Amino acid sequence: MAACPAGRRSSPIVAPAYVGAPKPEPPLLTHVASLIANAAASEDDGGFHGPSIEEFFPPVLAFEGTPFELDRVMLIRILVVAIIIVVFWLGTRNMKIVPGRGQSALEWIFGFVRQNIIFDTLGEKRGRRYEPILMTMFFLILSMNLTGVIPGLQVAGTARIGLPIVLSIVAWIMFMYAGMREKGGKFWKDSLFLPGVPWPLYFLLVPLEFFSTFILRPITLTLRLTMNMIAGHMLLVLCFSATQFFFFTVLADGNLIGLLGIGSFAFGVAFTVLELFVAALQAYVFAILSAIYIQLAVAEEH
Amino acid sequence: MNIVGQLAPLAFGLAVIGSGIGVGIIVGKTIESVARQPELQGRLSSLMFLGIALTEALCFIAIAVAFIPFPAP
Repeated sequence: MAACPAGRRSSPIVAPAYVGAPKPEPPLLTHVASLIANAAASEDDGGFHGPSIEEFFPPVLAFEGTPFELDRVMLIRILVVAIIIVVFWLGTRNMKIVPGRGQSALEWIFGFVRQNIIFDTLGEKRGRRYEPILMTMFFLILSMNLTGVIPGLQVAGTARIGLPIVLSIVAWIMFMYAGMREKGGKFWKDSLFLPGVPWPLYFLLVPLEFFSTFILRPITLTLRLTMNMIAGHMLLVLCFSATQFFFFTVLADGNLIGLLGIGSFAFGVAFTVLELFVAALQAYVFAILSAIYIQLAVAEEH
Repeated sequence: MNIVGQLAPLAFGLAVIGSGIGVGIIVGKTIESVARQPELQGRLSSLMFLGIALTEALCFIAIAVAFIPFPAP
């Protein structure tokens, strides 16, 4: 092995005592990493491929080139809408006073959304007016998020930014409509010109408030939902593709490092449970933030 | 020693330090308040979600910027 050329520093972990000395045994972590890299380099397909953003743009299946392209994500969205329609139609078909099993399960989740999200934030009277659209948003986002963990479907319908953008534009128009309907022109004055502030500060405060209320709210609603789903999906793809790499590529070569696949499989299972929780949580947060924005828009100042 | 890699994930990681601490403070304070007055749980959890939404706003802008392919200088 050639001595280190002059002017180039080697890693402090494996620094030789003098130029030309035999390199000391590398510590365990770099040993494992170089083993994996060697195993990977010896494969003819190039080794381990982690997930990239191309995960979210699967191959187009129909109508290529038109705005109505169908790929896996769009087919999942259409399927989820069909399933929602069927489930709610079947659940509300012959409603009895003493409910059966399906109806009482549906009533439980309906009651939870109604009570915790809509009536607790908006009150009973106003809550009934905005109840249909908030319910629709909650169930749509919940079902679209949950497809991220169903095997076979495996990508969330909300993972591409189109659907969250539409939903957050609807929520944005909704709270502006609510404010203007209940307070008229006073809505703009109350949200931008906060009371109890000396007037020279308005020059600083009004642009800031405008940006924060009317521009930042829809952007953050969109990005929160999209980025949670993208990050969760990429994490799951990473864990499970690492498991496949360890078991079928490294272990098949006889390399015992492949037993790390057990660890990455355990991580995959744990992150799937986390992904279920995050799916429900993001639907809840979207719905309750929309309700809170409506409530702030119609609130009477002092 | 040459370190090569991408700067965008590193920048995003640094950006969320503040958001993480902020959200932790908000949720901790809400839990304290609910422990003192359990009957206010509904109102306080609404306020908590509103506070989290505002605190995490910059975090989401940071992750979106991390995905933008800036041209190399």
